[in-house]
Amino acid sequence: MDDTTTRARLLTLMSRMTGDEKHAPSATSTLDVLQVLHERVLRVGPEHAGDPDRDRFLLSKGHGPVAYYAVLAAAGFLDEDELAGFAGPTSRLGMHPDRVLVPGVEIGSGSLGHGLGIAVGLSHGLVLLGRTRPRVVVLVGDAELDEGSNWEAVQVAGRLGLSRLTAVVVDNGSASLGWPGGISPRFRAEGWSAVDADGRDHDALERAFADTVPDRPHLVVAHVERKDA
Amino acid sequence: MRTATTAAPRPALPVSQRERFYAVVGELLADDPRLALVLADIGLGYLPELPESAARRVVNVGIREQLLVGAAAGLAMAGLRPIAHSFPPFLVERPFEQLKLDLCHQDVGALLVSAGGSYGWPGGGETHFGMRDVSLLDTLDDVVVDVPGHADEAEALLRQGASADDRRYLRLDDHDNATAHDVTDGRLVPVRTTGSAATVVAVGPVLDRVLRATEGLDVSVAYTARPRPFDTEGLRAATARTSAALVVVEPYLAGTSAHVLSHALRHRPHRLLSLGVGRAATRTYGSVEDHDRLHRLDPAGLREDIAAFLAA
Repeated sequence: MDDTTTRARLLTLMSRMTGDEKHAPSATSTLDVLQVLHERVLRVGPEHAGDPDRDRFLLSKGHGPVAYYAVLAAAGFLDEDELAGFAGPTSRLGMHPDRVLVPGVEIGSGSLGHGLGIAVGLSHGLVLLGRTRPRVVVLVGDAELDEGSNWEAVQVAGRLGLSRLTAVVVDNGSASLGWPGGISPRFRAEGWSAVDADGRDHDALERAFADTVPDRPHLVVAHVERKDA
Repeated sequence: MRTATTAAPRPALPVSQRERFYAVVGELLADDPRLALVLADIGLGYLPELPESAARRVVNVGIREQLLVGAAAGLAMAGLRPIAHSFPPFLVERPFEQLKLDLCHQDVGALLVSAGGSYGWPGGGETHFGMRDVSLLDTLDDVVVDVPGHADEAEALLRQGASADDRRYLRLDDHDNATAHDVTDGRLVPVRTTGSAATVVAVGPVLDRVLRATEGLDVSVAYTARPRPFDTEGLRAATARTSAALVVVEPYLAGTSAHVLSHALRHRPHRLLSLGVGRAATRTYGSVEDHDRLHRLDPAGLREDIAAFLAA
């Protein structure tokens, strides 16, 4: 399926979720990153479920999960018909994803600032077990980085040289107090490689995810239109 | 007589629960490639020298307690059995949301090991007191809580917890009893069964003080090192042999187990006295024994409170 067809399919799937989507702006800010990761970067999908050497995608920013559920449905983790019940009383699909309920979801999220810390342990743990193949990608929001817990994880990921760990910050300018000087330099100072990319340009995103440096965790800052634009 | 085939005797083990933990966890790390120890600086200097294959599974995150628990959860997701260790305020209070979400909500296991108990370092003062830990963990779903009263119990529970997959909290406290009991099955241990006016339940390190405090009183004494899940069946059996007066003495916040015990005895009108560490800030340093007296957990204070309850 080509990029445009996939995109059309994802938008159709998203429209099936008729729940009261409170996080609408962030729902679409992540769509291109999610699509590129699942189509071009990560070895995930129902055929790899339960394989300890699968890649891991951790949606730390659990807000606005409609795009995520659409990607999971497109991958075959969810039945398309299930999307219609989004956030309903009998649905497994909440406003924040729950790994215990939803197949393909690696972490439950919603409270901000938890994914990076878990990703550090997961990525390091896989290496300790001799599993150097899986890549761990964690998606965070620029406002989510306000939480201090992220910086504990950023610092230690750099010190441990977690080369199979990638963080992608979808930056739609939602951090109330901003990040003067940018997000990338903060990660670079902690020993990460970091690339800024247009968060709507699929080829640029694919290159950014590939542009890793040995022995360093990798950051992609995916810039999208500002939330308030 | 020793022969060449006899295994060398095990070197003398530390009698302190905390030191025993460091000695045994090193051995466990060397033996079990599935184990990982996560530290936030505290404890690092006490570990024995480890072979490289085990030392790489000691993950020190520095003074970052949110990551201590978050990384432990990630290690569990990778397939390891994480042991996270610090003092109670830094293992339970500071990263409480990580315990709630990264472990419980994600539904992954970890063994949490604290040291120091409620006031194991009295000079440390209020910032280092740990009496709130079990009460806070009690708000979470499915956390086994072990409170050993002797280094041998601590070792047995550590070995059991290290080989399990569940969520467990092992609360080490060097304020010990003289002898160890077999505690790994979690059952309430009848220690003194001759009394009839009340059942007194001692949790972990308070047992010897409870035995001294109740000498000559018409009470039975039972012991547990596993307050969660509490052996309610054992409690009903023990209290069936005495009048429906129950005293529980816990080495952390007074009243922590009151709801569990009262619920266990809901079929029977009963009286309950819950003794333990007080909530009020004492802002006192001094010795562990000074704090026992302040919280009336010394034999004299316990005896007075239990006798008054029996007379009421």
